[in-house]
Amino acid sequence: MNTAPDPIAAVAEGLGRTGYIASRSIALALHLAQHLQKPILVEGPAGVGKTELSRAIAAWQGLPLHRLQCHEGLDESRALYEWKYGKQLLYTQILKDRIAPLLGDAPGLAPALKALDGFSDLFFSEQFLEPRPLLAALREPRGCVLLIDEIDKSDEAFEAFLLELLSDHAVTIPELGTIRAAVPPLVLLTSNGMRELGDALKRRCLHLFIGLPSPAMEARIVAARLPGIPPLLLRQIVLFIHGLRALDLKKLPSISETIDWARALTLLHTEHLSPDLVRETLNLLLKHEADISAAQPALAPLAFQAKRDAETGMPLPA
Amino acid sequence: MSEASLLALLRAARGAGVRISTAETLEALAAAALVGPDNRADLRDTLGLVCAKSAEEKRLFEETFALFFAPQAAPVAKPRPVEERGAGGDAQGGGGGSGLARMIVEGDRAGLDQALADAARAEDAQAIRFFTQTNALARRMLDRMGLAALEAEIAANPDPHLTRGLLMLRAEARAEAERNLRLFGREESEGLREYMLRRARLAAISPRERARLASLTRAMAKKLATRHSRRRRVTKRGSLDLRGTLRRNMGWDGIPFLLRHRATRVARPRLVVFCDISGSVAALSGFLLLFLHSLGAVVRDLSAFVFTGEAIEVTAALKDSDAEAAIARILAEHGNGSSNYGTALVGFAAQARIDRHTTVVVLGDGRGNRAPPRVDALAEIARRARQVVWLNPEHPALWGTGDSDMPRYAPFCRQLRPCRTLDELERAVDGLLLLHRA
Repeated sequence: MNTAPDPIAAVAEGLGRTGYIASRSIALALHLAQHLQKPILVEGPAGVGKTELSRAIAAWQGLPLHRLQCHEGLDESRALYEWKYGKQLLYTQILKDRIAPLLGDAPGLAPALKALDGFSDLFFSEQFLEPRPLLAALREPRGCVLLIDEIDKSDEAFEAFLLELLSDHAVTIPELGTIRAAVPPLVLLTSNGMRELGDALKRRCLHLFIGLPSPAMEARIVAARLPGIPPLLLRQIVLFIHGLRALDLKKLPSISETIDWARALTLLHTEHLSPDLVRETLNLLLKHEADISAAQPALAPLAFQAKRDAETGMPLPA
Repeated sequence: MSEASLLALLRAARGAGVRISTAETLEALAAAALVGPDNRADLRDTLGLVCAKSAEEKRLFEETFALFFAPQAAPVAKPRPVEERGAGGDAQGGGGGSGLARMIVEGDRAGLDQALADAARAEDAQAIRFFTQTNALARRMLDRMGLAALEAEIAANPDPHLTRGLLMLRAEARAEAERNLRLFGREESEGLREYMLRRARLAAISPRERARLASLTRAMAKKLATRHSRRRRVTKRGSLDLRGTLRRNMGWDGIPFLLRHRATRVARPRLVVFCDISGSVAALSGFLLLFLHSLGAVVRDLSAFVFTGEAIEVTAALKDSDAEAAIARILAEHGNGSSNYGTALVGFAAQARIDRHTTVVVLGDGRGNRAPPRVDALAEIARRARQVVWLNPEHPALWGTGDSDMPRYAPFCRQLRPCRTLDELERAVDGLLLLHRA
């Protein structure tokens, strides 16, 4: 340990307390994002903990998490704000009786219109505003963590719309003006690489790539999630998965699958990996029929080797 | 790490192919100041986070970073300010040659590295652009370090230890010059080579250049793909989407405040490619197939036929993930014959699935070795297809000379284009995708 406090290690430790084991590059990205007030664009294969990261940050910082799940056709009214049309209608109906005498005094059409103008602004005020995740995030008094999930699934138009929010932490609502965040939220965007994102968006973000972890790292992650797991079984699982990832598969098992599998094996009170057991539980790891049949011949040797390597007690490859 | 060397690093990264804008440079400086220069791995990750925008760029950046800090000079105990160091270098060149000799005798690696770095800075090694400058730069650096004095000393007192040291210094100066060339000369020479490659006749490309050209082709295809993949969503007109409108207005009792229209989308073209792969056109056909393969999602449905004598469908082979190998295999298997456009066109018309959404692209020189041209087959194809586009690797002046049947085929083609270089190929495909919309 250094004598000077290492802010990056502090970030990793803080995340670790919430059960999220962060590599140094993740902690570094977070440290930079906090100080430069830039959003982080997180890319990587499915199931490596991209979404989980923002949950961990929110838990660590004690801030609320606002999540916007992107999909095709997502537009401003679902992402940013909407007027409560129903409430507006209801109020005009109820207040009809009150409005009529006020307008009744007005001599002629033009003064009546003028009087009406005064009310219309009432109906387009914050009272009738329905905040959606983006606006809600900006209005958090203490700041928050804003997760924009799977941005690659949204349209290009929406991506362009996000730019103002990402660089200025502000959005413009025509009826109300520009709303600026009191405390800029920490923004995370995730992408699975369904499509190439625009350069303008990428330029505004720190680009963090989370890959599949090394066995040592993965063992720490699984141990953090399943504290009761026997150490020997954990080593076998991690080594087996590592071997499985070297095969030519369509969808490699990622961390979430490892955790699921480990949980299943602990529930079954397993102590050692056996080829039969692996075969029976393989559908927790591999999600494609083609992958399962492709992996079949390699299972027995992989399980055997993982068991043997785990028992030697050598440190896991970092 | 000073600001100047950070900027130099970013410049080198730009040369290696990482796109770094001015704004990003500023941000990189701010981020580097935040993290501090002590931990090199952190610094690398920091700059990578700010500057690189894809996994590929990250890899390029890390390579550049490693090369930039290659010498790993032992940390100097007392870092002196730059001006003073420069002055020190000059003084050594003036008369302190024995300083260099002393460092060699004492085996002072750190001192030698420092002297070399100072000389490189004084001689502006980062300005190197072409490999022909390497020797001159190395020589200038040695002169600056006080080579003359060292040589004089060796002449006066032939010490084998000093002679070996001199040889080592020469090698190191050269290595340093080459490192600078790799870091900073890349931008210029890559740019120049790319410029030449794009304009070179594809038929005359050497096999050595082919790999580079293939990656260039893929980059161009990607650019085209993004340009044409932008969906046009016209939502303010067109037919009313009744279900969507009702759902949208459910909140206020189904009274249609906001209308929904059916989004019209730009149709992606169906392409059927018909490539001559006889000797003269084979190289170009290979690149066209690679280009179309790289277009990926923009083209809805790509089927490809190659021919010399008979039309052979190769669509399945193109679905292969390694397109380059597949194309090479196709060319090797079916190439090497003299082309017969007549029989090939007839076979093509019978086999290919051509409908009114299909654009047919023919690539060939139209030289059928005096066999019957079977213009009627092309006429039938043109009648069934949306359009026929013919790309010809020959100059238009040669069309119709000798055994060329181009003038006879021409009336059935919506467009005839000469297409010899990668640039022209890009323009042709761009035009193709535009034409399909019209």
